[in-house]
Amino acid sequence: MTTEQELRTLVISVLTEVAPDIDAAAVDPDADFLEELDIDSMDFLNIIVAINGRTGIEIPERDYPKLSTLNDAVSYLAEAQKQAAGA
Amino acid sequence: MTDFVMPSLGADMEAGTVLEWYVKPGDTVKRGDIVALVDTSKAEIEVEIFQDGVIGGLLVPEGARVPVGTPLATVLPVGAEAPAPAPVEALAPPSPPIVTPTRVTARAPAPVLATGGGNGAGHRLRVSPLARRTAAQLGVDLSAVTGSGPNGAITRRDVERVAPTGAPPVQAPTAPPSAVGPIDRQAAMREAIGALMARSKREIPHYYLQQEVDMSLAIDWLHEANLQRPVNDRLLPSVLLLSAVARAVVEMPELNGFWIDGAFRPGPGVHLGVAVSLRGGGLIAPALHDADRKDLDEIMVGVRDLVQRARAGRLRSSEMSDPTLTVTNLGDRGVDLVHGVIYPPQVALVGFGAIRERPWAADGMLGVRPTVIATLAADHRASDGHTGGRFLALIERQLQKPETL
Repeated sequence: MTTEQELRTLVISVLTEVAPDIDAAAVDPDADFLEELDIDSMDFLNIIVAINGRTGIEIPERDYPKLSTLNDAVSYLAEAQKQAAGA
Repeated sequence: MTDFVMPSLGADMEAGTVLEWYVKPGDTVKRGDIVALVDTSKAEIEVEIFQDGVIGGLLVPEGARVPVGTPLATVLPVGAEAPAPAPVEALAPPSPPIVTPTRVTARAPAPVLATGGGNGAGHRLRVSPLARRTAAQLGVDLSAVTGSGPNGAITRRDVERVAPTGAPPVQAPTAPPSAVGPIDRQAAMREAIGALMARSKREIPHYYLQQEVDMSLAIDWLHEANLQRPVNDRLLPSVLLLSAVARAVVEMPELNGFWIDGAFRPGPGVHLGVAVSLRGGGLIAPALHDADRKDLDEIMVGVRDLVQRARAGRLRSSEMSDPTLTVTNLGDRGVDLVHGVIYPPQVALVGFGAIRERPWAADGMLGVRPTVIATLAADHRASDGHTGGRFLALIERQLQKPETL
């Protein structure tokens, strides 16, 4: 089980790999990836692929809107992990 | 013996800087081999050679900026005796009939490139600028690297070979890997785009058409297809749009090609220019080769690769010079439609806005459906509105049978 802090670090690291110009220390946790951080749909898919690769969490396409900010993404992944562990 | 010249990597390029040679005199090359890394003002491009042969001499040193058309290397026929390798100390290429003395001394690094090598410092390491930056990024000690480049120079590949495993960055480094600073790069790119677009608007009599396309079948099909796919194989809606354009233009070849010297020349294939916006500003539209013959998975893989390499500055020369029809998709940014500017010497540009729910009237009923507005900017010298209208209708028809894309 990955802690919420570790998930946060992981998402930030994936985000800054896809968009190297984003300052990891200055990411607004409630900024919309697409609208405020200039992530396009290809970048976003690459983020989902990388998160899946590192956590094993399957994120169906219909859930993409639930990962639109850093805070949302961390909550979603923490919840998905809990469900997987409880299942 | 023939010359390998500085290629034109897009209509907006006037000169290029040889950043790194990947071949040395005596190397056998095949058509399509990547022989050099060239910096246009817009990007670093891996330049392919277009003939089989043996490299005779390198005529332009790393770091030198020369106009398009300048001989960069001599190429001997296959089977010709390879020139003797130059001694490490020799600064001149081995067979320099065309080389002027200034070129020979120009083997010293260009001023903007801070390298260690120089005239009279033969004992010092010969390191290409790119290799030096790569070494800095990867923490590699250059004195421990064996060079495989011309005259034993250390190349980026040599550095990467000895880098600790796992060290190479998966993504592009933070700063654009260029010979000029990030600000210079952006200014240069702005200037290049400006010059090309000004030429387009000055020379090309554009006409514009638009058509709204019902995307409900395509989007349903896509969601269904993606449900079955692992995340790595999922398709984006833009892939359906590209495929539809590629298949439609096969039936409308007068929109696929170039206007050169007062006449239309059909493209040798359907090589879609895919407009990729670069983070931090700027735009580049490399070719997705033979898009009409690729299935959706191949288009997805191809576009993903192009976007990644465009942003990392690793496009190939054929991708820069080959696009026959460009597609721009600004849907991610939420715009409804794009009135595009044609890339000379192409004769058309297809634009897509956002796919979103809009009111849609059909069969006497008003409903809500996901739609996209497809636009065409086309060169009136090469085609008329009637042709353009038929082309948009063909795209629309393709998108109503997504299973065949």
